[in-house]
Amino acid sequence: MRNVSKRFPGVLAVDRVSLEVYPGEVHALLGENGAGKTTLVSLLYGLYPPDEGDIFWRGRPVRIRSPQEAIKLGIGLVPQHPLLVRAHTVLENLALGMPSGFFFPTRGLMRRVGELTRRYQFQFDPGARVWQLSEGEKQRVEIVRALLQGAELLVLDEPTSVLTPQEAGELFRVIARMKEQGEAVVFISHKLDEVLAVADRISVLRKGRLVGTVRRDQASKEELARMMVGRPVSFERRRPPPAPGPTVLEVSGLRVRDDRGLPALRGVDLEVRAGEVVAVAGVAGNGQRELVEVVTGLRRPEAGRALVLGRPPYGRQRPRIAHIPEDRRRQGVAGGLSLAENLILRDHDRPPFSRGPLLDRRAVYGFAAEQVRRYQIEPPSPRLPARLLSGGNLQKLIIAREFHGDPELIVAVHPTYGLDVGATEQVHELLVSRSRAGAAVLLVSEDLDEVFALADRVAVIHGGRLMGVVDAATADRERVGLWMAGVEA
Amino acid sequence: MKRLGPFVFERELVAPPGRVLAVSLAAVFLAFFSAGLVFWAYGVSPLLAYRTIFQETLLSPGGFAEAVRRAIPLLLAGVGLVLAFRSQFWNIGAEGQLLLGAVAASGVALFVPLPAVAKLPAMFAAGFLAGGLWAALPALLKLRLGVNDVLTTLMLNYVAVYLVGWLIHGPWRGRSAFGFAYSDRFPPEATLPLIPGTYVHWPTLLLALAAALLAWWGLERTVWGYRLRVVGDNPEAARYAHLPVSRVVASAALISGGLAGLAGVGEVAGVHGRLLDAYQISLGYGYTAIIVAWLARGNPLGAVLTALFMGLVFASGDVMKVALQMPFRVTDVFNGLILFFLISTERLLYYRVRYAPRKKGEG
Repeated sequence: MRNVSKRFPGVLAVDRVSLEVYPGEVHALLGENGAGKTTLVSLLYGLYPPDEGDIFWRGRPVRIRSPQEAIKLGIGLVPQHPLLVRAHTVLENLALGMPSGFFFPTRGLMRRVGELTRRYQFQFDPGARVWQLSEGEKQRVEIVRALLQGAELLVLDEPTSVLTPQEAGELFRVIARMKEQGEAVVFISHKLDEVLAVADRISVLRKGRLVGTVRRDQASKEELARMMVGRPVSFERRRPPPAPGPTVLEVSGLRVRDDRGLPALRGVDLEVRAGEVVAVAGVAGNGQRELVEVVTGLRRPEAGRALVLGRPPYGRQRPRIAHIPEDRRRQGVAGGLSLAENLILRDHDRPPFSRGPLLDRRAVYGFAAEQVRRYQIEPPSPRLPARLLSGGNLQKLIIAREFHGDPELIVAVHPTYGLDVGATEQVHELLVSRSRAGAAVLLVSEDLDEVFALADRVAVIHGGRLMGVVDAATADRERVGLWMAGVEA
Repeated sequence: MKRLGPFVFERELVAPPGRVLAVSLAAVFLAFFSAGLVFWAYGVSPLLAYRTIFQETLLSPGGFAEAVRRAIPLLLAGVGLVLAFRSQFWNIGAEGQLLLGAVAASGVALFVPLPAVAKLPAMFAAGFLAGGLWAALPALLKLRLGVNDVLTTLMLNYVAVYLVGWLIHGPWRGRSAFGFAYSDRFPPEATLPLIPGTYVHWPTLLLALAAALLAWWGLERTVWGYRLRVVGDNPEAARYAHLPVSRVVASAALISGGLAGLAGVGEVAGVHGRLLDAYQISLGYGYTAIIVAWLARGNPLGAVLTALFMGLVFASGDVMKVALQMPFRVTDVFNGLILFFLISTERLLYYRVRYAPRKKGEG
């Protein structure tokens, strides 16, 4: 790709970027969210045409007008979230991507899938139904689909964001085998460690521009982070363990059913003390959501209990709990309401925001102006509909609201998911400073870097059971990873 | 980004108010145009039809008063529907709620002995309550059992129609009706005063305007309205914030039905003076109110304008019947066309259209 640019209304998403990828090479695209990684790849995959610049394939200039044309050339994309039909088998899903006649091409397809799995040593059951697969297995189905379509250049969009450390390791082995077979791989990520682990060359994007391309053996973590963020970033662990305070959250013998009536938690005990950060690590879907819902009073347990400062977390007398929700757009805000109105979601029915049944708009907007300044929410316009905020600013809005009134318990679920390095740092600082001030923090995260950067103790749940709790300072990451995968260790 | 000939459609996150107005007007214009085709097929020149309608409604004081009279029930029911729709309670049953209001008011007017001054207030109160309960029933089914509100509210319309029919053919048939199916006339203290020279029952008109104002104020300036807006915008966020979602939706449903009920009271006490056939009490006001609420785009004050506009459409129906010998039900055709074009242009609100012809060599 040479001098490629793409402009969206108001932003130059990709600004004169040149990039070369060779057969048998793993090329990482590193950058924060919004740096232009996904846009750049979309240009390559024919999702939109570039405004400027040219794309060359095997030395010849090409115009890629649609994903079909990209596939025909030999470019495959493995999306971040697998796009598969859940009720169908793996084989049926693979057939969807193939040109086919009227009849279902079972036999020929089986043979080719078999060839591929032998060549790349995939662990793979073509007869399994997609809903039975783990995220890592679904991703492998997507990779096989791309290879079946004859991909010689495979683009992986943030492939590890949904995987356990073990699954990520398996993916890296698959990538290594593809490399041996002469495939070119473009690997998109914002995680430094995995980029250094897997890539031959690393191109760093920032604000739509290519900052530089470096070879792995010449790259260091600090240097890459500086290129990515535009300033030095420190990776120090933050603080000594706190003096234990009184117990704030006490979870005992908790059994909960999920929305489908299936057991989600099968007897969990946990406590969080004032001034302490306890992380619940584990792959999503192992009972974390139900745990959070019980602790924040949104779901009633089947047995056992969760008490906050000795009180149940629901009802009129419920204690004040800050809840940074899992899905900030779907749960955390009413997007059509203004930024100011979203800031009072917790406190709209008490002074100064309302007196009796009446809202005091002056107090509401005054408060908003103050919070926008304090948390540096961009753009600083209290009347803006909240849905127009970027992910990082939306998260700052939620934190501003939830931290108001000094809650003694903070429940933070994937608090930095999808945020860029700068915003992640800010969110981490806010959490740490609240915990220093004496709040108990329950952190739910899949990101082990985050878990070990913030937590004093790490609890792992798998299949609704607590696999174990360890001190973060002395914990063995490998062991935590095995727990996450459900292996007793 | 999508392409249609030389035009490029770009998706945007906000619909600027100017475009909302332009697209709404365009939809109405398209409806006028298509209705013109219907007139033409009927053998009436569309231009003549529209000129006649214009002269007889907007330019004649009597015609305009007729439009206002039609706008009264549309505004009351429309404001109620704005509130219901804002809370994601999809009330398609304003027609039935209006009829229930008419029934309750007639019951009070005919059979409840009350001092003369208390009669009309009691009728309005009973109408509000009856309409409200008629809407609360499907709201309860939705909130407790997850029953689809569109279906239940719609079905209850037919129940209401047959209830009215049974009453006027059976127990409430008037002694003075000589075999016709309607009730006795209301006593004078149970009928509404009119603006002299017109059929505009002004107390209901004032009530409707007050309802619009109050609904706007309630939405913007009260804790109840704030909660309703949160629930309607994102029920998931409302649950997350421990808002009393069911109570909020139930209250919106009750008020919505209640306002439609008031519209029914106005029709029997202000226009007909008796309970009569459902299709004579309401010319589909409850259904047209859906258009009123939709055009108002969630703003109760906007409903004042849109109700007046739809009132004009109804008044035009009268004109077409008298001056052009077309059936009054042409208004239904017109209403349907407006709704059709509004809904089908809805998605356009979020697209910016740019003229960008393809360059040579680009596919």
